[in-house]
Amino acid sequence: MTSIRRHRRSAVIAGGLGVALALAACSSGGDSGGEESSSGSTTTDCADFESYGDLTGKTVTVYSGIVAPEDQPYVESYQPFEDCTGATVEYTSDKNFEQQILVQAQAGSAPDIAIVPQPGLLQQLVATGKAVAAPDEVAANVDEFWGEDWKAYGTVDGTFYAAPSGASVKSLVWYNPQIFEANGWEVPTTLDELADLTATIAESGQKPWCAGIASGEATGWPITDWMEDMVLRVSDGGPDVYDQWVNHEIAFNSEVPTAALDAVGDYLKNPDYVNAGFGDVNSIATTTFQDAGLGIPQGTCFLHRMASFYASNFPTDGSVTVAEDGNAYAFYLPGETADDKPVLGAGEFNLAFSDRPEVQAFQTYLSTDLWANTKAKASSEITSGGWISANKGLDEANLVNPIDKLSVEILQDPNTVFRFDGSDQMPAAVGSNAFWKQATNWITGQSTADTLDKIEAAWPAS
Amino acid sequence: MAQLSVPVVADTPDTLPGRRRGRSAAETARKRLTSPWASLAAVVLAVLWTLPTFGLFVTSFRPEADIKNSGWWTVFTDPTFTLDNYRTVLGSTGQDNLAPYFINSIAITLPAVIAPILIAALAAYAFAWMRFPGKNTLFVAVFALQVVPLQVTLLPLLELWVDLGINRTFWPIWLAHTMFALPLAVFLLHNFMREIPGELIEAARVDGAGHVTVFFRLMLPMLKPALAAFGIYQFLWVWNDLLVGLTFGGQPNVNPLTVALFNLTGTRGTAWHLLSAGAFVSIIVPVVVFVALQRYFVRGLLAGSVKG
Repeated sequence: MTSIRRHRRSAVIAGGLGVALALAACSSGGDSGGEESSSGSTTTDCADFESYGDLTGKTVTVYSGIVAPEDQPYVESYQPFEDCTGATVEYTSDKNFEQQILVQAQAGSAPDIAIVPQPGLLQQLVATGKAVAAPDEVAANVDEFWGEDWKAYGTVDGTFYAAPSGASVKSLVWYNPQIFEANGWEVPTTLDELADLTATIAESGQKPWCAGIASGEATGWPITDWMEDMVLRVSDGGPDVYDQWVNHEIAFNSEVPTAALDAVGDYLKNPDYVNAGFGDVNSIATTTFQDAGLGIPQGTCFLHRMASFYASNFPTDGSVTVAEDGNAYAFYLPGETADDKPVLGAGEFNLAFSDRPEVQAFQTYLSTDLWANTKAKASSEITSGGWISANKGLDEANLVNPIDKLSVEILQDPNTVFRFDGSDQMPAAVGSNAFWKQATNWITGQSTADTLDKIEAAWPAS
Repeated sequence: MAQLSVPVVADTPDTLPGRRRGRSAAETARKRLTSPWASLAAVVLAVLWTLPTFGLFVTSFRPEADIKNSGWWTVFTDPTFTLDNYRTVLGSTGQDNLAPYFINSIAITLPAVIAPILIAALAAYAFAWMRFPGKNTLFVAVFALQVVPLQVTLLPLLELWVDLGINRTFWPIWLAHTMFALPLAVFLLHNFMREIPGELIEAARVDGAGHVTVFFRLMLPMLKPALAAFGIYQFLWVWNDLLVGLTFGGQPNVNPLTVALFNLTGTRGTAWHLLSAGAFVSIIVPVVVFVALQRYFVRGLLAGSVKG
């Protein structure tokens, strides 16, 4: 009898939801109609597009791992190109991009342009033989707007393939400006000041740091970012040593990486410092990275090292104000001295799989400052920011989100030395496997030496 | 191999003892289960089983901040409910709106369920009641195809679709699901058909019925439970499939609901509060189908597969 009753009840629930579904489906039709008419009214000066010629009837397909709601600003930023050249740009995306693009490229059904989020994946895609080198106009734009370090990440074996697209800054520490002001805490400008601040907060009887590394199969990645940041910052480290470490010119278990991971451990494995709002050190492994920093605006946690994109993680119900005087903001994870400004970051690259004229024209458009600003404006309007580019032509006035402004300031600072996320450049066996897994073991008790030895052993021989 | 050869060699399946055994087993089971302790155990199991789904259901009506900060059981002390999650997954513009993908899923599922059943029923009839050279070898070959996992064939198939020019349409998804459903479907339906007494078919033959008449007038009506059982299987498999849809679809106008659900959490997984509402939208149809066809499900399971 119970089973029959249970089924009846679920049938009632299902029926009710069905009605809700039908009603909502009707209302969605009206919404999408409004959206189309508003985007059609975008007025653009077509003079900048004359060099691309008339591309009426041509179609360019774009594929990426950037999904809703961040996908809309992309579609919107392509609109001027479509309006002025007559070409159609089809944007598709899914979160399984990193696996799918390899399969699609091998099967010969690659898109015209893929927005690739990692230099390592870019190299793999070029190795399939299906990718095509960037045209000279794109290379010239990258020289003008980005500079050597970024161009190198889009280059494989001396051939320049892909111009950078978006960027994110990872060397940020989230904090609550209101609580900092109430307690008289100052934003640190050197690594020592950060350690002092941490000790001060801990002395007041509260745990200063919160962290979480759970992220499905990628569990552990936030620690790899921590470690990369520290390789850039410890005494014998720095950008040059960082490059050697990433390219395996120095061993993974050599001196500087060991010092760097120990420096991370000074914060994350100190039971007095973590894990604010969640529990002991072990709770770092079971807390999702999305949840870890939610205590910042609530005042249950005071410091949280996470990239600029974490801003989109706070609830949008008005309880969180991300601003320099709000209840959530970030400061630059300081270098060894106030003048050292190593910045860890990440970004995407536009890789083309076709050299048809319309694809090259579109690729060129994407590498201009015009596109960067169009995209920044679209992101500001649709998703209240959350997107920046390292393009030097990007005008800060087009950004609404304080974190975006901070990130662009950091990227455009002449003292800044930018380095791309190391685990994204390492071979997949390390960068997206051993490094993550051993980092997780490390936080749950494994020693630094053991951890680094095991990662070193996992490095592919060739 | 011994198991393989059973359905092939058995020419006159002795169905009656099997059925009697099944019925008496059901009676003993019913007797045993009517004890109050067994009932209690069943209730406890049912509650435990339903609890996660109930939690998901409650979560889907909670505001974003609550979902991210506390568990669903806190609604009992602090009830706040909102329809915002459902509004987003059903009413917003862009990828978050599941409604178009709901239609895609239906467009994928119907042909991908009907086609294999139709083909498998015809093939099973041929294997069960027609005589042609190499029948047994062919049947073992079809049955053996079950061991080929779908994942292994993704890349070769994708290359084939690209060559044929049908990539990124519904066709690859329909074809892939149909192909990979056929071995099991042929096997199940064949076993079921073998159980039908040969005298019945001989009688029909004597009355002048050909294969076509026997199949449509005799077999199909008797096969109904088996067809429904396999239909539910195949339906749930296709409806819940992510891999095939993702690899062969990859277009907003082709992607099934599972792909949309997968993307719902946002680029960096920050919008996971929408998942519970999205999950309930995608559960509706399977639940309705299952509730409508569940009596066939159990009957067909016992009739078709137990024998092999």
